[in-house]
Amino acid sequence: MTKMENPANFSRRSLLKTGGALVVSIGAPIALDTVLGIDAAHAQASGTKPPLTPDQLSTFIAVNGDGSVSAFFGKMDMGQGLFAAIGQIVAEELDVPFKTVKVLMGDTATSVNQGGASGSTGVQLGGKQMRVAAAEARRVLVEMASQRLSIPADQLTVTDGVVHAKADPSKKASYAELIGGRYFNVPLEWNKELGNTLYAPGKAKPKDPKDYKIVGKPLPREDIAPIVYAQTDFCTDVKRPGMLHARMIRPPVAGSTPVKVDEASIQDIPGAKVYLEKGFLAVYAENEWNAIKASQKLKVEWSNVQPSFVEQVALYDHIRKTPPRKHQDEGKQAGNVEEAFRTAARVVEAEYEWPFQSHASMGPACALVEIQDGNVTCWTGSQKPHFVQNGISRTIDVPLDKVHVVWVVGPGSYGRSDADDAAMDAAVLAKVTGRPVRVQYTRDQGTGWDPKGPASIHRARAALDAQGNIVAYEFVSKGFSRVDVNTNGSQPHDTLAGHFRGIALKSGDNFGIPGESYEFANKKTYWETIPPLLDRASPLRSSHLRDPVGPQIHFASESFMDEIASTIGVDPLELRLRYVKDARDIALLKAVAEKANWQSRPSPRRDQTGNKVSGRGIAYSQRNGTRVAIVAEIEVDRTTGKISVRKFTVAHDCGQIINPAGLKHTIEGNMIQGMSRTIWEETKFDTKNVTSIDWMSYPILDITERPAEIDIVLIDRPNVAPSGAGEPSMRPLSAAIANAIFDATGVRIRRVPFTPESVRQAMS
Amino acid sequence: MARINLDVNGKVHTIDADPDMPLLYALRNDIGLNNPHFGCGLAQCGACTVHLNGQAIRSCVTPVSAIGTGKVVTLAGLGTPEKPHPIQKAYVEEQVPQCGYCINGWVMTAAALLNEKKKPTDAEINNALTGLKCRCGTHMNIVRAVKRASEMMG
Repeated sequence: MTKMENPANFSRRSLLKTGGALVVSIGAPIALDTVLGIDAAHAQASGTKPPLTPDQLSTFIAVNGDGSVSAFFGKMDMGQGLFAAIGQIVAEELDVPFKTVKVLMGDTATSVNQGGASGSTGVQLGGKQMRVAAAEARRVLVEMASQRLSIPADQLTVTDGVVHAKADPSKKASYAELIGGRYFNVPLEWNKELGNTLYAPGKAKPKDPKDYKIVGKPLPREDIAPIVYAQTDFCTDVKRPGMLHARMIRPPVAGSTPVKVDEASIQDIPGAKVYLEKGFLAVYAENEWNAIKASQKLKVEWSNVQPSFVEQVALYDHIRKTPPRKHQDEGKQAGNVEEAFRTAARVVEAEYEWPFQSHASMGPACALVEIQDGNVTCWTGSQKPHFVQNGISRTIDVPLDKVHVVWVVGPGSYGRSDADDAAMDAAVLAKVTGRPVRVQYTRDQGTGWDPKGPASIHRARAALDAQGNIVAYEFVSKGFSRVDVNTNGSQPHDTLAGHFRGIALKSGDNFGIPGESYEFANKKTYWETIPPLLDRASPLRSSHLRDPVGPQIHFASESFMDEIASTIGVDPLELRLRYVKDARDIALLKAVAEKANWQSRPSPRRDQTGNKVSGRGIAYSQRNGTRVAIVAEIEVDRTTGKISVRKFTVAHDCGQIINPAGLKHTIEGNMIQGMSRTIWEETKFDTKNVTSIDWMSYPILDITERPAEIDIVLIDRPNVAPSGAGEPSMRPLSAAIANAIFDATGVRIRRVPFTPESVRQAMS
Repeated sequence: MARINLDVNGKVHTIDADPDMPLLYALRNDIGLNNPHFGCGLAQCGACTVHLNGQAIRSCVTPVSAIGTGKVVTLAGLGTPEKPHPIQKAYVEEQVPQCGYCINGWVMTAAALLNEKKKPTDAEINNALTGLKCRCGTHMNIVRAVKRASEMMG
């Protein structure tokens, strides 16, 4: 058994073939009889199978005829090891071997909407639900065994999926015997919410962590070998009979629309056709190469529009000067900041800038949609397939229950990427052509037209008294919204297919403030958002990019703590420890300092001469319960401006650790991607369009630029509910590097990215 | 259109194709080898990398007509779970991939390097791998796997 069943190939029928999984009920078990394929199971859901709703145990857990366990999960693994982690949680609570649990993810026909991949909540919220569901399944199975064996439940225990008497292991009943091949028919107490906050416990109490045998172990991912041996199909690899290949045509000037499309320009390409609906323009063909050629040869006359964007050099001034569309106080406000600044002995102030950044996934998005007899199936790499189901229903006007969305691992996913847009484009084209349509975006579309992480500025100021104590602190984020388009594709006003087909953008407002536990007598934190540069299909529309707005905010807030420290000549760690109040934060900072052998002294060093200088920097932050502290040790080449990282030391506290091996890999990936965003990444644009359209114009961290060492300290708290790890360690990274540059050179860099050129300029 | 013979993973396939079509599409659509991936179509990322006569090439910019009688090997032909190339074994042991979409570039390029030189220096590893892309940031793991594979090769 493998942890990962390819959802594209999965059906309940296949389960039955391998031993048969029917539904079990506590009252009257229901046969998984019907051995239905997904569509048929849908149709007959009201008959033999309990409905696929969050208030049913069968929605999350099934025991197959051979005793293996299927766990149906409405979130998904973006490569950070959730197949293993969820499998461990389920195996632990059920007392079955890890190897016997299969986790099936992200298929709308076999799972409910648990929010998809979202906000590092795979374990935190998704795992929480799977834990209580598995615990309830164990409780029910023990009760069934109690009846069968005529032994009170409290005198029974479970070993490897076999319920037996504690006193006499020969008195036993296996899970397979008790329920194998039948659905649970057990209600859960659902909180009536869908998405991340869905929670539906049963009567069972999950295990005491001191009894864990599987959770906490560094078990390997079983989905890796199939990738390495070329056995894994990605969403780009799904094919259907009669499938057409399509390419989208985007305007050369953002905001312009096709005035005239010369179909004769592609008439010599076999089978190539055009579909045009308002601004929605695509070419398609039977053969992929022909579709590509058609996309390159098609002659289009575009409407003449006034360029919408500001010059890139004016971006931060634009953010600074534009009246905010929304102002929001957020976080714990304390005292009277204005009064404290009026009476301050000294004021420290600084402003920081962060550019638009691209998801720039390894491959541009791809999706396939097929419509047969009014039933729509979409194969997508979107990390939120249940929302894609809603989006397709609304975009092509079909009933929700006629849409089936299958998540198939995509070419990387780090938030609200282009995947949701591709799914909607494919749905539109499948409907108008009557054929299965595979939409593959091009590289320039993947980098140029994905939703961007928002550009922003951040102002911080601190009031000091005569002794150098911080008596007041104010922090404001101002930028484009993190939900200019929403974080999922459920609404046509949030996807390009909607925008290009004439549905108005409904730009939302959200940003954020620092996550930390600094206490100051007077403290004020708030954010402001400004409208997008273009109010329709825009390559600079902004949305969620991994740790949405976290890197930009904490680049500013944690750089600023160092600016205060150097102003008063105090060691940066010591300054933080003076004001951090949360006990876990204090322990974290001490742990990272000890591991990094932090020597107390103020920054900058001022003791170095020569071309290459080195420095160290520290930064820390919280994110939804998780805390990360980083010490960066770097070297700066003063001639070239190039930064080399000698070592990152990371202390990471996300409460209970499910799988330390997976966690370390996840942290490392975060560190590298965070370093890439810090040193290289900036979406370039001119007044007409985005000009970062490939890996040359949107460089990321090269393997030769990797840190020499990443040293990770995992702080395990088995009795603290686990929080997320998919994003938090990227959050304080930029500031740790900026603080190390300052330590090395005495130069404070307040704008990302720290390219060699920008570092050189800053030092000159 | 032209009839073109392609020797892929030890088997000759005959396809009808535009001679200018990149090898990538022949592998994926005509021969049914899904694994070489489209990443950029510009030879900038490596997701489409295959071996041509033992050298790592980018199939997204190599016209099918340029292959001639050359021997193409894809990741699927490099090794199997039963008979893995050392870099594949090391990749599993080091648990390298996150999303895994980039794998062809790294594994096929590292395999070509290691087949030529079992004990590459750090500089040689860097020289071979520079320019390849991994967006999930598995850089540390990739290098660990290359070194582990090198050790396996004795």
